[in-house]
Amino acid sequence: MKKYKYYLMAIIGVALVFSGCGNGGTKGSSNGALGSSAAEKVYVAPGQQDEFYAFLSGGYSGNLTVYGLPSGRMFKEIPVFSQFPTSGYGYSEETKPMLNTSFGFVPWDDAHHPDISQTNGELDGRWIFINGNNTPRIARISLSTFETEEIIEIPNSAGNHSSSFITENTEYVVAGTRFSVPVPQRDMPINEYKSNFKGALTFISVEPEHGQLDIKFQLLMPGFNYDLSHPGRGDSHGWFFFTTYNTEEANSLMEVNSSQNDKDFIAAVNWKKIEEYVNSGGGTKMAADYAHNVYDEGTHTGTTTMKKEVLTVDPTKVPGAVFFLPTPKSPHGCDVDPSGQYIIGNGKLSADLTVHSFDKMIAAIDGKKFDGEAYGIPILKFEDVLAGTVKSGGLGPLHTEFDGQGNAYTTFFISSEVVKWKLGTWEVVDRKPTFYSVGHLMIPGGNSRKPFGKYVVAMNKITKDRYLPTGPEMEHSAQIYDISGEKMELIYDFPTHGEPHYAAGCPAELLAPNSKKIYRLDDNKHPYAVANPSEARVERNGKEVHIYMSTIRSHFTPDNIEGIKVGDEVYFHITNHEQDFDVPHGFSIIGQNTSELLVMPGQTKTSIWKPKKVGVWPFYCTDFCSALHQEMQGYVRVSPANSNLELSWSLGED
Amino acid sequence: MKKASLLMILGSVLLLGLFVFPLWNIELGAPQYPEPLGIDIYINGLQGQNEFDIQNIDGLNHYIGMKTLPKPEDMWEFTVFPLVIGVMVFLGVLLGVLGYTNKISYKWFFGWFILMSALGVLGMYDFNAWLVDYGTNLDPKAILKLANPDGTPMSYKPPLLGHQKMLNFDAYSYPRLGAYLMFVGMCLTLIAGYLGWRYKKINGTKQQN
Repeated sequence: MKKYKYYLMAIIGVALVFSGCGNGGTKGSSNGALGSSAAEKVYVAPGQQDEFYAFLSGGYSGNLTVYGLPSGRMFKEIPVFSQFPTSGYGYSEETKPMLNTSFGFVPWDDAHHPDISQTNGELDGRWIFINGNNTPRIARISLSTFETEEIIEIPNSAGNHSSSFITENTEYVVAGTRFSVPVPQRDMPINEYKSNFKGALTFISVEPEHGQLDIKFQLLMPGFNYDLSHPGRGDSHGWFFFTTYNTEEANSLMEVNSSQNDKDFIAAVNWKKIEEYVNSGGGTKMAADYAHNVYDEGTHTGTTTMKKEVLTVDPTKVPGAVFFLPTPKSPHGCDVDPSGQYIIGNGKLSADLTVHSFDKMIAAIDGKKFDGEAYGIPILKFEDVLAGTVKSGGLGPLHTEFDGQGNAYTTFFISSEVVKWKLGTWEVVDRKPTFYSVGHLMIPGGNSRKPFGKYVVAMNKITKDRYLPTGPEMEHSAQIYDISGEKMELIYDFPTHGEPHYAAGCPAELLAPNSKKIYRLDDNKHPYAVANPSEARVERNGKEVHIYMSTIRSHFTPDNIEGIKVGDEVYFHITNHEQDFDVPHGFSIIGQNTSELLVMPGQTKTSIWKPKKVGVWPFYCTDFCSALHQEMQGYVRVSPANSNLELSWSLGED
Repeated sequence: MKKASLLMILGSVLLLGLFVFPLWNIELGAPQYPEPLGIDIYINGLQGQNEFDIQNIDGLNHYIGMKTLPKPEDMWEFTVFPLVIGVMVFLGVLLGVLGYTNKISYKWFFGWFILMSALGVLGMYDFNAWLVDYGTNLDPKAILKLANPDGTPMSYKPPLLGHQKMLNFDAYSYPRLGAYLMFVGMCLTLIAGYLGWRYKKINGTKQQN
């Protein structure tokens, strides 16, 4: 009897050990959360405001979402490359030009990497840039209006992935191509890829005062895949680093054929040298079609300019400007630490992280210690540039950010974890599971010389059982870790919109005081704006009818319009006359084939309506603006195409 | 008497502050206006506490049928008040100078003070009448028509001084720097009168020389 008791205890003991192991991750974190009051760390009481802004890219939603840290509350969705019915972006006549490309109107993209503008390597909070992968584009978004102000298309590029990272004084935004393609594009056999395709690394200058983008030059690199990039900092300012894969230059069964080489490269580009070369007349002008879309805040209108030419640079023509740093197997992430000394290449197919030293690289270049060349570009010796290796034991390291305290944090996609390690000693300090399959991570300012290392946000690809199920499709999940101590602590997770591919963050105090509250009506230079309701009117120009309309709580002026005919093109130009923070007015009309509009105080927006049926058709305000919101409406009378009815409208008379 | 006269001059000159600083302020706060809307009242017109406050207050007031806030040309007060203040400052300084050169007695100082006080009371009376008119003389077609429990139409007159709850708004009405300067100035002229009186009492008929 006694023996049985022992057996039983032994079995229970074994069972506890196993269950303890199996649930270690989740159980540990929830107990830990209670133990250390994680809830208090993320709780931002009603009426209180968050400490940081976090800008999460929307991935395939083509936009940028604004969250608060540590609360994880979403504040805004900023449409960039996508049409957005909420505000009419990409539907209104003023914003349609923003989505023009050399392929026509492309109202979608795959937006990956946001980056906040910097001065002297520190975040300055003026603009945020983001790339469109699919139809290569770079966008600039104002951080005072939180609106997309500019989009430039990138010719000769495909899969604009190693973008949009900026140099430390926002001199350049880069747009590196993931796919190499024929440059210029032409009809040729795909299996002649090798040595015929090119990878364009595009350097876009940013005008210091207003931020206007212009392609300064395109570096036409060998036909590898340029995956991610990062600018140098401090001593390495003036250099840009790009990870590559497919140095095999395979073109089919890529999964296997591009993973054969034991080492691919990090391409180190001395852009200052190329800039000098270009400034002194170097480079070749090449015919290229690309769109440059600029939104003017005064006229509230975007315009497209089609450009015809781009300056290309052959890297072999600028000796000493480009080098290859061998890096183990298909590195993905390319990150530079805040000091600018270490360049971290994470081999997505390896377990270890490879860290290159900038000083060693310069010494190797000065000593001309090359290990051959590729397409005329010198390859440095792996051992000569290696600063160290982080032996992590995880699987699939992807991206690294820094806390400014000498620590680095790397995500491991395959083993779903964040690993904290020390720069210089390369020792692993801590590791925490993520849920699940983490891609990028973000520390506010982690992309600059001055990170604010209080939180890290991990952006996960697979959500599974984290939240209540919503059918086969789930939003992705982001997780916040407190990194203020030696050990990381998971304090919150929240679903995000689209694919939260990467993010940029900054202290709230950097942006909040400059956030615009209204557009001044007296600064409104829209050609169809009405400064005073008494100027409201309707004008016919052939089949075009222009309605100059104003709105104020809670009425439209004019509100009854007659004399419109089937087949007309009716332009509603609506000016919101409010000058009060957060009082937009909406406009929508039955049968509209675009979307409603949301017009901010002091702004003018235009919606086009092509009436197809005779009748009296109502329009109304879509945004609840006052107690009389429902009464904010009007009618348009539509007569047959051959009607002789004169235009007339009411301006608020009884 | 010299000290009294200097105080008289200083006191009257302080009234000039009314040409620079607001006399009064009415502030309207509500849950949806965490930064309250406010009107600064100057002797020559109204100004928003923030740039667009007047427009926003008018926007709200149209729901209850209140007239839009007056422009300087809409009210005679905004022309007459600066004149009255200007004249009073001139008179005060003149009396001070005459007192300094012993041309007049301290009684004139009291006289100025009494006249100024009377004008002040009249001003307050006028201001209150204006508030009553704006708060009760409403457009009969107003969107919102609210009644007191006894059935009489609700008045939207802000308080002359202090705080009052008006529907969802908290109305605050308080003097501002211009009024405080005027108050201090008038106190100084009162003290000037007192000093003049005491001087005469001590020095008796000597002063008459």
